[in-house]
Amino acid sequence: MPQIRTAPLPSSGAGEDASASREMFYAEALNDALRIEMQRDPKVIVLGEDIAEHGGAFQVTAGLLAEFGPTRIRQTPISEIGLVGTAVGAALTGLRPVAELMYIDFSGLAMDQIVNQAAQNRFMFGGQARVPLVVRTQGGSGRGNAAQHSKSLEAWFTHVAGLKVVMPATPADAKGLLAAAIRDDDPVMFIEHKLLYRTKGQVPAGEHLVPLGRADVKRAGTDVTIVTWSREVLFSLEAAAKLAEEGIEAEVVDVRSLVPLDKDAILASVRKTRRVLVVHEAIKRGGYGGEIAALIAEEAFDDLDAPPRRLAGVETPIPYAQPLELGVVPQVADIVEAARNLVNG
Amino acid sequence: MDKATALHLYRVMRTIRRFEQRSTTLFGENKIWGTIHSYAGEEAIAAGVCEHLRDDDWITSTHRGHGHCIAKRAELGKMFAELLGRETGYCRGRGGSMHIADTSKGNLGANGIVGGGIPIATGAALTAKQLGTDQVAVSFFGDGAANQGTFHESLNIAAIWKLPVIYVCENNQYAESFPAKKAFAIEDIAIRAEGYGMPGVRVDGRDVAAVYAAAGEAVARARNGDGPTLLVCESYRHEGHYYGDPRKYQSKEEIEGWKTSFDPLVDARAWIVREKLGTESELDAVDREIDDEMERAVAWAEAGPPASPLRPEEIYASN
Repeated sequence: MPQIRTAPLPSSGAGEDASASREMFYAEALNDALRIEMQRDPKVIVLGEDIAEHGGAFQVTAGLLAEFGPTRIRQTPISEIGLVGTAVGAALTGLRPVAELMYIDFSGLAMDQIVNQAAQNRFMFGGQARVPLVVRTQGGSGRGNAAQHSKSLEAWFTHVAGLKVVMPATPADAKGLLAAAIRDDDPVMFIEHKLLYRTKGQVPAGEHLVPLGRADVKRAGTDVTIVTWSREVLFSLEAAAKLAEEGIEAEVVDVRSLVPLDKDAILASVRKTRRVLVVHEAIKRGGYGGEIAALIAEEAFDDLDAPPRRLAGVETPIPYAQPLELGVVPQVADIVEAARNLVNG
Repeated sequence: MDKATALHLYRVMRTIRRFEQRSTTLFGENKIWGTIHSYAGEEAIAAGVCEHLRDDDWITSTHRGHGHCIAKRAELGKMFAELLGRETGYCRGRGGSMHIADTSKGNLGANGIVGGGIPIATGAALTAKQLGTDQVAVSFFGDGAANQGTFHESLNIAAIWKLPVIYVCENNQYAESFPAKKAFAIEDIAIRAEGYGMPGVRVDGRDVAAVYAAAGEAVARARNGDGPTLLVCESYRHEGHYYGDPRKYQSKEEIEGWKTSFDPLVDARAWIVREKLGTESELDAVDREIDDEMERAVAWAEAGPPASPLRPEEIYASN
């Protein structure tokens, strides 16, 4: 199981009772993680577009400029490869930068620095380098932003050796995983979802760490496992509640971290329920669900009562008009139907 | 310039030239896998710039990176060992010629992506500024990289943040096979600096004393907190883009003409003797020392064990 490497730095405490928790929006929870990590470690800086006075396109950095000033909240020109590459160089030389790419759709502009530089430097240099970089970004559809601002591109990054890929679904996981990603010594693609920012949940106060590479069973069940991440976790939980009314108990496994992947947790759940549905918003073809389905087929084939199934996005650029947009990614009713069909054979 | 500095510049240049010649021999003997890109002809640039750098200053380099590595005081044996795919190489045989790094000397690596190192040096300079040190970063890149987006974005970022970075453009006249005179509508790449709000300096990259002087000003400016400089060094690469390049884009006359008229080592020797900074016999002694050192380095590298098997966890620092 992957371990978090925790640098020997003082606990910030921030005057809060560590056992307390409060309800927060997902965006606030991310903000809380950034604030606590920046208080704790002066080497943590944030670079990105519109992150200063504006507070970030989704308000994740709101208030941080006032607290940490413009040298640590480094607002950049609209220069995606420049800002990510600058963050890579800063990470290689001792800082712990958090670079914000406003939309994952813009990552193509920065891809060389993510893929050829950040991800590979350690290996290429025979272990001489470490790149403690977090690239925060967000993806997903559902807000009428159309094709160039709505994609789910996590599979691109899972295919690159040397990157870690994290996709939190809840405010508590968002906070804990972001803190862990910042303390991690490797480059982490931290992928949020634009429609999760205004979702609420209980979040532990003060320092809160969720280790990378550990899945979370968000709902226990016996009849079918739903393996999923990001916003589809919320949809899957809703679907599980509806399925329960029909007498089908679905177990919802939130992988949280795609790389490293908690294979043990997925396989344990599948071996228990003997049926698995993998659900994600990204296009099915080449999606990470294929990797998980293949993993299950390779490692747990004899424990299955039915072939692994995938429910994923339609192979299309995300359309603009709302009814069209809703129709191309799995909705709650789609998950209910797919799980029911799987259980009823 | 004092005698010791002049002789050291010559020593670095000569070491680079000999390293490239020796690597070419090893390649011809099929001992080097992949490809190598010779820095021969451009030695005055790496030597003249790195003479001003401390071990804790950073550089980023290019696919044509052997010269920068040597000028930043790398160990020759570990460089050869890397080319030979040995465990004792700088990158334990994982990187090869295009990825040699020596972080202990501030060398953040050669780079197989044209322009890939420019934002990385910018980020290293940000670290220096953020931590309040007087370290500087130098990015070496070619004329080809000056037409990449990373060049534009990085120079702008460095200028608005006044970062301690020197962008050294080595115009060797060819971006792989594409001549600079066709790839630029301007004759002097240094004029681009004005568009970013930083000084742009054009220097004869064959003349090590000129490079040394111009780089000295740029490094001092960066160390003093006065921001970045674009330093364009006009140069020529003696060899093709890579070992074995058929050079169909160049005429024989051009290649021979340049090679005989453009040799920074010949010039450096003449300059040192003319300025009475050293004698021919002193320079000959340096040459012999370098030849001996080179053979010892090759022997050490060839005696090294092969690259160890890959371990899945080695790609991550936190497993």
